[in-house]
Amino acid sequence: MSAKRLQSGGSAIDRSRPLSFSFDGHTVTGFAGDTIASALLANDVAVVGRSFKYHRPRGIWGAGVEEPNALVDIGGATPTTPNTRATTEAAREGLVARSVNATPSAATDRNAFLDRFSRFIPAAFYYKTFMWPDWHMFEPRIRAMAGLGTVDAGWTPKQPSAQVNHHCDVLVVGAGPAGLAAARLASEAGFSTMLVDDQPRAGGSLAHRDGEIDGRSAAAFVEETVAALLAAGHPVLQSTTAFGIYDHHLVGLNQRHGDDRPDTLWRVRPRHIVLATGAIERPLPFANNDLPGIMSADAALSYLRRHAVLVGRRIVVATNNDSAYEVASALAAAGAEVTLVDSRAREIPGAPAKVRVVSGRRIASARGTMRVEGVTLDDGTRLDADSVAVSGGWTPTVHLFCQARGKLAWNEARAAFLPGDPVKGISVAGAAAGAVSLSDVFATAAKAVPGEPKGTVPRSTGSEATAGIVAAWPSRGAHGRVWIDYQNDVTAKDVELAARENFVSVEHLKRYTTLGMATDQGKTSNLAGLALMADITGRSVPEVGTTTYRPPFTPVPLASFTGSRRGELMAPVRRLPLENVHRGDSGVFQEYGGWLRPAYYGGGEADRSIQDEALRARQSVALFDGSTLGKIEVIGPDAAAFVDFIYYNTMSTLKPGRCRYGFMLAENGVVFDDGILVRLDEHRFIVSCSSSHVAAVHARLEEWRQDRFGRAAVYIHNATAEMATLTVSGPNARKLLETVGLGLSLDDADLPHMAMGQGIHDGEPVRVARVSFTGDRSYEISIRADRAEPLWARLREAGKAFDAVLIGLEALMILRAEKGYIVIGKDTDGTTLPHDLGVEGPRAKRQNEFVGRRSLFTEEASRGDRLQFVGLAVPEGEAPLDTGAHAILRDGGNLRSQGFVTSSYMSPALGRPIALGLIRRGAARHGESVEIQHLGKVRTATIAAPCALDPAGDRLHA
Amino acid sequence: MQLFPCPFCGPRDETEFHYGGDAGNARPDGADVPIERWANYLHMRGNPKGVAREVWVHMNCSEFFVMERDTVTHEVLSSTALDGGHAQ
Repeated sequence: MSAKRLQSGGSAIDRSRPLSFSFDGHTVTGFAGDTIASALLANDVAVVGRSFKYHRPRGIWGAGVEEPNALVDIGGATPTTPNTRATTEAAREGLVARSVNATPSAATDRNAFLDRFSRFIPAAFYYKTFMWPDWHMFEPRIRAMAGLGTVDAGWTPKQPSAQVNHHCDVLVVGAGPAGLAAARLASEAGFSTMLVDDQPRAGGSLAHRDGEIDGRSAAAFVEETVAALLAAGHPVLQSTTAFGIYDHHLVGLNQRHGDDRPDTLWRVRPRHIVLATGAIERPLPFANNDLPGIMSADAALSYLRRHAVLVGRRIVVATNNDSAYEVASALAAAGAEVTLVDSRAREIPGAPAKVRVVSGRRIASARGTMRVEGVTLDDGTRLDADSVAVSGGWTPTVHLFCQARGKLAWNEARAAFLPGDPVKGISVAGAAAGAVSLSDVFATAAKAVPGEPKGTVPRSTGSEATAGIVAAWPSRGAHGRVWIDYQNDVTAKDVELAARENFVSVEHLKRYTTLGMATDQGKTSNLAGLALMADITGRSVPEVGTTTYRPPFTPVPLASFTGSRRGELMAPVRRLPLENVHRGDSGVFQEYGGWLRPAYYGGGEADRSIQDEALRARQSVALFDGSTLGKIEVIGPDAAAFVDFIYYNTMSTLKPGRCRYGFMLAENGVVFDDGILVRLDEHRFIVSCSSSHVAAVHARLEEWRQDRFGRAAVYIHNATAEMATLTVSGPNARKLLETVGLGLSLDDADLPHMAMGQGIHDGEPVRVARVSFTGDRSYEISIRADRAEPLWARLREAGKAFDAVLIGLEALMILRAEKGYIVIGKDTDGTTLPHDLGVEGPRAKRQNEFVGRRSLFTEEASRGDRLQFVGLAVPEGEAPLDTGAHAILRDGGNLRSQGFVTSSYMSPALGRPIALGLIRRGAARHGESVEIQHLGKVRTATIAAPCALDPAGDRLHA
Repeated sequence: MQLFPCPFCGPRDETEFHYGGDAGNARPDGADVPIERWANYLHMRGNPKGVAREVWVHMNCSEFFVMERDTVTHEVLSSTALDGGHAQ
């Protein structure tokens, strides 16, 4: 036994609430307030994980978010949260944690043999070693052996993560002395303030470092400040990490709850951001500096003061700066035998009591296998130790500042990058800004709050911390393996290798060696790596520079970003007003262009049901719910000129009460949408566009209205959702409607094909348009959406006498294809011009301007060998062609495409397959046969006119 | 996520907006517009580094407007409705 829980003390733990949880199958006991890491240390568990590549045993390094080693998967047999940092995850009763990258456990990992082969697998080995015969042969095994935690791909959270939007004047990140002071000053200045902190309790360094503020204890300052903020109504969030600053200073926060609830994502829009994010302690470079038991000195102090855990009995504290003196002193006072190894040559006044100080020496190597057993100094002195606490200096946490495009400035005296020129709307305070003493910390906090200073700046009245750092970077040609990046198994030799192979840019260094990658993103390792690269290449540290800081600062569960947007809410569908009625008729629903619509009815076998619907629709009468059809009203004195400009076809000549079919083009001439335009009166039109195109057409109409015609001349209103459209189609359509009574004459003289009439049904106005997408006599009846149900019921009832059939969208597709009616985007593509579809008139005759006009007269538009819209017939008895199959031309041994099949169905009315396609020069080739190739099979089809049924159009009037 | 000022609705998330092209890209009318001119109108974009004048539309209210913004810093400099109104 070496690490242990002391009998008393521990500001964070509640000894009246013991708990136990499982780690790698062993029971670990602790108290409420423990993290998984502090409980593991209290139970003297040294090995908590295996390294990424070599499967080296690794122990707990730190006490916070920077932890590179102590990662655990939470959640038992099916891990729910992989790669959680044991140092920030609260211990709780019954929790099941597993070490990562270790089989069966961290203590007895069967891949540990890999470490003996380490000299054969240095950085980038896989680029060189596994080239023959093929990297992909080795890749699966190598990938299986490398890596960290395990994800259960099938797992979904029981409840979605909450997502909260929040606005405030001042957001303070970090509740250490700087953050607390800044938040208090911001509050006293009248700003709405938010304070967030990634630790379970506020205080930062004040929770374990010495300090006296305004003559009182640091703990009292923390408690009173938080209480004052809460009393003033300012949110204070603990266990909450500000993981990213995005455009226009949107700050992302991820809040952990310390129980089974999923994390909460906060999107905060502050007017001003104060970054009081502190600093992270760096390791010291010596051989085997990754052995379990070697940890951050500040973490050792934190575990002692917060959790009453003494990390060892015989501890070597190694440092290159002043901050470890307080650590050595506290560990000795708690009963450990402490030797302080200070690499600085100068005499340090005030050696701590009961601590043996060795100055001017550094550790050359550590020894031990599964945990550290001692160290050898650079003069050969051997010291026994069961724990080594090291401080290689402090790296200010500038990630968020850099994400917000802040630039760093190298500070030689501090051996660190500090925030450089200020970024608008962001200030940096405390250790993140390079402050060391509490007095400096409070001074930077006071400056960080925007506006005129108000309130009282806290005063440090106790002893003050000093920096005194003399950099101790890894050096070239060191003996043994000096670990730079624990998480990615990068040694000093790997950095030297990268330099030798000319990967000297810091970004290349990162990618080649993986230095600074993975879940910790090199929070403890980056600076040492680039300092070594600077040394090797004869540059200064700022000349080498840092890699780009990108969000997130720490890993954020995808569930937080997802929130409620999963399942049905991932991409919500639009629904028909009559959906429930259709479900009552066993409608089988599918999504079509964002709308959920009945594909067919009856729940029978799909193909047979669809064929049956399409056949019966031709025999008597069909009822179809066409409510998704676009209904965009264009109103105003310039409405006629407007629709003329919007449409390819001349529309201003349309008489009130009449309908006309037309194309809308894009400015490049390509057919963008098609549909019926209805003229209600002189200044009022209804644009009926494709169901899935309504939003795009509406936006286009608005653009031309605002940009060319002006608000006063035209008004546009999208009424698609307001109105339901019920279609009655077939030879008996008129007879059926006459029994229903729509309050208008259905006589062909009064309501001919392509006319519109206003009627009334059950006191509700209806619009009846005699237009057809089936080729049969059809009536589209539009009515207020919330009044559609009784009308539909009435049509159903009246239909009984005519053997009326409900048809879904699939049958409608067959009916329209029999007639050669196109669906834009299916029978056309991004190159189809209107004359490719056989509509040449407006191009030839129109004199006034319309959208896309000039593009119809380009060299490309006038080519004789364009793809043109045709029908394709196959011999009777054969199966339908495959949609997407290409018409081919044999050119020597090569096959060349001369177009493709766009729609293909079995036509029940004709008793043979029908197809539509775009075929090169197709319009002039009716009667020719073409070879159609699909997946290697070649068939023959005959080019025909698109319309296969009733070419004369008699059925429209039957 | 950027905040764009809609002249009608005020500052809103960028996801509510669509880009509508360079401002001032006037449409040449006529079937006989020189083809180079038409091609410029259709395809050529300034893509400036720094201050850009662009047409955007706020999809929620359908308002098209001209926004000046810096493509490097993402700072929004102004937003003006097509008929000259300004963001509140």
